[in-house]
Amino acid sequence: MKFATYSSLLLLGLLGLSVMGGVNEYVFFAGFVVLQFVVLATAWNILGGYAGYVNFGVPAFIAVGAYTAVVLFKSISAPLLVQILGGGVLAGALGLGVGLLTLKLRGIFFSIATVAVVFILETIVNNWRYVGGATGLQLTRPADLWFFDSYVRMLFFVMAVLAVMSVAIARYVQDSFLGRGLRAVRDSEEAAECSGVPTLKIKLIACTVSGALMGIAGAPMPMYLSYIEPSSTFNLSYSIYALGMPIIGGTSHWIGPVIGAVLLATLQQIVTVTVSNELNVLIVGVLLVLFVVIAPEGILGLIKKWKQSSK
Amino acid sequence: MFSVDLIFEATLFGILLGCFYAAVSLGLSVAFGLLDVPYVAHPALLILGSYFTYLLCKTGIDPVVCGVLLMPIFYVIGIGFYRFYHETFEKRSTDTGVRGLAFFFGMAFIIEVCLILVFGVDQRTVAASYIGSSLEIGDYRFPYRMLVAFGIALTLTFVLTIYFSKTFTGRAIKAVGQDEGALRLMGANPVRIKQIAFGIATSVNAIAGAMLIIVGPVEPAMDRIYIGRTFCVVVLAGLGSMSGTLVAGLVLGITESIVMMTFGASWAPAVSFGLLLLMLGVRPQGLFGR
Amino acid sequence: MDKMRRKVIGAGGAGLLASSLPSGMAFAQGTPVKIGMSMPQTGGLGAGGQAALIGLRMWVEDINAKGGLLGRKVEFIVYDDQSNGANTPGIYTKLIDVDKVDLLIAPYATNVTAPIMPMVKERGLLLMGNFSFQVNAKVQHDMWFNNAPWGDAKGWSEGFLDAGKKAGAKSIAIFAAEGEFQQNLANGAREIIKSTGWNVAYDQNYPGNNTDFSSIIRSVRASKAEAVFVACYPNESVAIMRSVNEIGLGPQVQIFGGGMVGLQFGPVMQGLGSLLNGVVNYNSYVPGMKYPGIEDFLKRYTERALAAKVDQLGYYLPPYNYAIGQMIEQAVNATKSLDHKRLADYLRKNEMKTIVGPISFDKNGERAKPALVQAQFRNIKDNDWDQFRAPGKQVVIWPSSEKQGDVITPFDKARKAT
Repeated sequence: MKFATYSSLLLLGLLGLSVMGGVNEYVFFAGFVVLQFVVLATAWNILGGYAGYVNFGVPAFIAVGAYTAVVLFKSISAPLLVQILGGGVLAGALGLGVGLLTLKLRGIFFSIATVAVVFILETIVNNWRYVGGATGLQLTRPADLWFFDSYVRMLFFVMAVLAVMSVAIARYVQDSFLGRGLRAVRDSEEAAECSGVPTLKIKLIACTVSGALMGIAGAPMPMYLSYIEPSSTFNLSYSIYALGMPIIGGTSHWIGPVIGAVLLATLQQIVTVTVSNELNVLIVGVLLVLFVVIAPEGILGLIKKWKQSSK
Repeated sequence: MFSVDLIFEATLFGILLGCFYAAVSLGLSVAFGLLDVPYVAHPALLILGSYFTYLLCKTGIDPVVCGVLLMPIFYVIGIGFYRFYHETFEKRSTDTGVRGLAFFFGMAFIIEVCLILVFGVDQRTVAASYIGSSLEIGDYRFPYRMLVAFGIALTLTFVLTIYFSKTFTGRAIKAVGQDEGALRLMGANPVRIKQIAFGIATSVNAIAGAMLIIVGPVEPAMDRIYIGRTFCVVVLAGLGSMSGTLVAGLVLGITESIVMMTFGASWAPAVSFGLLLLMLGVRPQGLFGR
Repeated sequence: MDKMRRKVIGAGGAGLLASSLPSGMAFAQGTPVKIGMSMPQTGGLGAGGQAALIGLRMWVEDINAKGGLLGRKVEFIVYDDQSNGANTPGIYTKLIDVDKVDLLIAPYATNVTAPIMPMVKERGLLLMGNFSFQVNAKVQHDMWFNNAPWGDAKGWSEGFLDAGKKAGAKSIAIFAAEGEFQQNLANGAREIIKSTGWNVAYDQNYPGNNTDFSSIIRSVRASKAEAVFVACYPNESVAIMRSVNEIGLGPQVQIFGGGMVGLQFGPVMQGLGSLLNGVVNYNSYVPGMKYPGIEDFLKRYTERALAAKVDQLGYYLPPYNYAIGQMIEQAVNATKSLDHKRLADYLRKNEMKTIVGPISFDKNGERAKPALVQAQFRNIKDNDWDQFRAPGKQVVIWPSSEKQGDVITPFDKARKAT
């Protein structure tokens, strides 16, 4: 119950922030991105950290979420929550499909297959006039702001709720029989199978949940930017972020991706405001390589070691 | 609307293109196909080769010669990479899958971003006497830059195939992928052999990078589409097959060329990745794999 | 690589200038007027963007030498969007919320401006357009004013298609990239083509990052089209001209070109050299056209451009970017305010005087009277900057008010013409 208490307090705090006057709009604009990465990192970790299947195709799921939202918005003027739900469902379906791939493919083959999914989907979207194709689509935000002062503030709070929700799901997966099964798969899939773990079923569940959460992270993006176009939505840099943040934070526990995402995404936003865009990728890339080589357990592992040594 | 003429010309162009794709994938064929190293950074090194060629070319040297001159440097880079990978990942066997992949993926992005920081996002090209004109045979036109790339590709494939089948080190490289223990018994040090192989794979990237910038303009983000093309060729060929790489390259090149002509260039990226996915789903060991 | 430096120069450049002004100049009220924008300084549009930026900086210096706007110094804040539309929403949010600028100028070109249109409309902000094409058509923002000399697609492609018809061409090939600008223009042209009885021999769209046009050029050649209309961005223009040269279009082509961006940039013209000959393409200004004050401006511009190692000719964008500054100046001085609504009102109702002639706007914020020309490249030699300064290298063939010569057809003949 401690988790429920702390997360509710956090949400209340963020809600208070969003309705407070006098706070610069940019805080919410940047904060949205940080929260989005909390969701992405947590989602990636469910499959990558717990099960050991490295998904490079993160942008595909984000894009499915975003473009589903666009279609729902354009066709039936669906409200934000319906867009998010739709995005999550379809991205989850993609996750299921990708999960079926794991039947035949391991290790790097699985990862390369996920990259293939990104490019194939991107090409399809590029040729789809209705959502703007390669040119992109300008979108007008609806006037409905609930009780917030601006649309960005509302999106910020919505994303905060989604972040807490995804972490709660990851926590549940981790502590349940699903989590144990996934860890068994990561350590040795054959051994797990031999000892009776229903490996296919839990892999499929993990893929679906992971994909759905990434879709949920992507769904608010068209409204966030009032614009959508394929090349930035399908940007492969999302993969390096979504995999770097959990690895840097620590993949074995749900708090790892949260730490990684909050630290790195905040750093990135500060860097973007003051210096340049490229440095974002460089920071994550270099830190990723450093951690992978020196501290494979991530920040969590470093904390553990420090605690042990100071006893 | 699609005359036999056009399709024939597209096929011929596809052959030129295919050999080019095969040549840029040869390095990956060795590193990943033979040695099982998850060398996702290969396309990024390819682009790096192109940029180095661009720099050297400014001194007036012909781009092909530049590529050849860069090979020893890339050989050393390759050895360095492998030694690092071996020390850090292969030796400590736990969890190498995720970490090794993450390492190379991270390196690929670091290389790409450094290129952007140093050179900017602008496209770069090189100039040479054979770039810009074509060979006219009847009503057909074959750009000389493609013919040059074609020539280099064939030479490279030929040289590598001979090397791997006729020399001791070459055969040892082929063997180390199959049975390391047996190789050790034969008196060769597998780690040293793998190192040499990786060095060769990376040095091929130097000349392949030169070919890339001869064939067209290069920009830092190109490594992403080439992940699809090179892995498609390697997987299609089947791990461990050199001559298979050439055939696979031709399949990809011709398919891409014909798709570009019939459906339009917007579908070109999907061809390599689509073929890759298809192959992985249906026959992961490739056309000629072991 | 010089982004950091550029940003510092951008933000601090005005400051440096202020400190070097004669001591007689004093600015009332401490706070400067901040004008902010992003400009593509690298990437496909970079060559044009860098030149345009010099035009704007010249205006900032000129206005500060005159005492600034409303007695306050003008501070100019510029970022580099790298010709990438994905970067502009974030940059403009930063400009509005973090840098807190008073006035916004759009980045050069349609494809990087399109993403920010919904945002400026929602926030009710004035945006001074910068050579975009039909970017406000769907959003319908009422505080948008575009400096570009074109109106709609009809005004653009009409001249080209007319010339083709006069030369006897009956079939046409059209290809365009899948970008906002290229598609806007191509679709407009397609409408005219349909309604004026052309036979469409080939019609294709290609992805914006395509670098190899051999298969397209080959198909165009095989289609035996007699006119070829192209809508493309700078990188593509260069690749297409090289491909045309490599593969050839066939002797039946009367006229080629139309909407190729980039062939107006000095470095591109100088780089392509003789490959340009025969192409009929749009432009905003070529030597020989008379606008008040433009020749002086170009002289001053060339000095600065040579020092900055940027396009030394500066025909296409710099004068129009200087004009943006002039329009801001006139509106602010007339309304004595920086209030966006009042400025927009003034701009809508009045004709502005600029170094590229008088500019007035229609209800969509586009030019009421287009001033676009179609010109044919002739007798261009390789590796020569100065050849472009004299009239005769880009011969205006349309409209008749600016006409400098008749178009030479067929295309092959025009390529060799002297």
